[in-house]
Amino acid sequence: MSDLLRRAWTVARKDLMLEFRTRTALLSAVVFTALVLTVFNFGRDPTAVAPLDLAPSILWVTFTFAAMVALNRAFQLELENQALEGLLVSPLSRYSLYWGKLVANLVFVAVVEAVGLPLFVLFFDVPVGRVVLPLCGVIALATLGFVTVGTLFSAMVIRTRFAELMLPVLLLPFLIPPLVLAVLATAKLLSARPLSDSAGYLKLLAAYDIVFLVAATFLFRFTVDE
Amino acid sequence: MLRAEGLRHAFGEGGGRVVALDDVSFTLAPGHTLAVFGPNGAGKTTLLKVLAGLIRPQRGTASVTGGRRAIGWIGHRSHLYGHLTLRENLRFWAALYDVPRTASAARADAVMRRLGISDRADQAVGSLSQGLVQRAAIARALIHDPQTLLLDEPFTGLDLAAAAQLRALLGELRGAGRTLVLATHNVDEGVELATDIAFQRRGGFIRLAPRGTRSPAQIADEYRLAVASE
Amino acid sequence: MSLARKGRSIMLTGLALLALVYVRALAFTPVERFQGPAQKIFYLHVPAAWSAMLAMGLVGLCSILFLVTKDLRFDRFAGASAEVGTAFSLVMLTTGPIWAKPIWGTWWTWDARLTLTLFLFFLFIGYLLLRGAVGDPGLRARYSAVLGICGLLLLPFIHLSVYLFRTLHPQPIILKPSSPSLPGSMLATLLFSFAVFTLLYVGFVTQRYALSLERESEVENA
Repeated sequence: MSDLLRRAWTVARKDLMLEFRTRTALLSAVVFTALVLTVFNFGRDPTAVAPLDLAPSILWVTFTFAAMVALNRAFQLELENQALEGLLVSPLSRYSLYWGKLVANLVFVAVVEAVGLPLFVLFFDVPVGRVVLPLCGVIALATLGFVTVGTLFSAMVIRTRFAELMLPVLLLPFLIPPLVLAVLATAKLLSARPLSDSAGYLKLLAAYDIVFLVAATFLFRFTVDE
Repeated sequence: MLRAEGLRHAFGEGGGRVVALDDVSFTLAPGHTLAVFGPNGAGKTTLLKVLAGLIRPQRGTASVTGGRRAIGWIGHRSHLYGHLTLRENLRFWAALYDVPRTASAARADAVMRRLGISDRADQAVGSLSQGLVQRAAIARALIHDPQTLLLDEPFTGLDLAAAAQLRALLGELRGAGRTLVLATHNVDEGVELATDIAFQRRGGFIRLAPRGTRSPAQIADEYRLAVASE
Repeated sequence: MSLARKGRSIMLTGLALLALVYVRALAFTPVERFQGPAQKIFYLHVPAAWSAMLAMGLVGLCSILFLVTKDLRFDRFAGASAEVGTAFSLVMLTTGPIWAKPIWGTWWTWDARLTLTLFLFFLFIGYLLLRGAVGDPGLRARYSAVLGICGLLLLPFIHLSVYLFRTLHPQPIILKPSSPSLPGSMLATLLFSFAVFTLLYVGFVTQRYALSLERESEVENA
């Protein structure tokens, strides 16, 4: 077991090293996030709709885009560097490879979200103060949901035609439940409702995460083996 | 020790179906070198991939003593990350093969010295010339000191000097008791090193025999004859 | 009788019975008090949704069975089921708005069932696109199976999230499309329609499966 985890971390570390070495994908994702938030801000009429009504949706659409950017590069990296074959020949188990990629993707998206959230608070003047911790919890749970399924699918699409097009198409239905739940929970939190109001959503998010994490872990090897 | 039994594998369907392995069976004793000659598309790469565990054959089994840990793989790709330095690459692969962190630095240095690329240790692999990358790829395959080496057309793109160096290296490994399987379409490349010879065409092994006392020229002739007649 | 012929005869029986459903629904079932004649689309709409869900369920089941047994027949069935499921989803998605417009005054509503079927439709489309984008049959089967299983796992979550989302918004101010207590003759028509749609599903899938078999053997003998 510790072997599995250690090797997963080796893969994750390598991905992160590569990502921070080149920084291109990370920068584009961050810039894109800032851009989307800015556009949303100019696009709305502050007198017509209260920012608090739209805010959760805007936040989550932005984060979803960031996640998609991360996921597109996940296995693209291996393809570009022609290393996937080597990884599969090594003693690296398919579980470790999946978890390693998952962790790397999560860190990537977390960095983008760490920049996006403060920007969001700034632009939309949302009262995040007291609910920062639960909000981060919602963000963590929902992000895990996207990235779990996304990592699995990104391994599949590299061997298909139109790979970049396939990933969003396949992923879309799977993003809806975590997205909807996150928006609902965020809305409740930002309206200063007690935490118990969002408890149901959080439980469902957690259930989603667990179900798909387990499923993806076991299904992953079918996507990489020839 | 390598063993293959009744391997069958095909790709595609219907009219585009290609048989890559057609009931291939053989055993290779440790310390021996098997050279598999065959034209492109004969199924040599598929055979190596099955031995390496990359492909699960549709029928039959294959095994290599020691499993994945003991296999060094040199395929068509370099398996090196362009944005990482040579040393970082080697240490990454060493870690995957369970070389302890304390030892991996020394191992990396040793293997780079052997391949003559030590001076590029801290250069990004993407900035190296193709010849150097090929040497680095070999270094990567050797970093964990594998008992068995699987080489798929390793002489491709090498100039005469580099090819001679590779042959010398493989000879050394052979001398050190390593088991090698070498697949190539060029008879002249692997024939001197081989203890066992096989010809592969359209998936099947036509001949598998210890090299015995035949000279490379004789084997080359036999091969050309075999290929022409099928 | 060959598989294709069996499939065709089942389908034709189903279609004939479907005509009977129409007749029964239009002529012999009472008109619903509040919604008027437009309500009769209900007898097509709900069973179509059921068939689509049946199709998805079977895709998921066959995916699991394929990964366990590696038997390509399961993959072939899953592919056939997905195509049929797409067709039924499309029926559901078109009858939905046709029904909604006269009754709710709007073409679309984020009604739980419509939304679930919409996502079912997206899943099917994604599944078929994936199958189309992979050449090697073994790889295609494996990828489809992974997607199929994930799709099956997704359904309960979609249903629950849509349900939660809807309770936040005002309900349409009208009788719910399917109240639990239906008068006898309406219930009978509905059940009859369910049976017919299931029959149609079986007929279509059998034919599609037979077609796949034919195509594969043609290509082999080419």
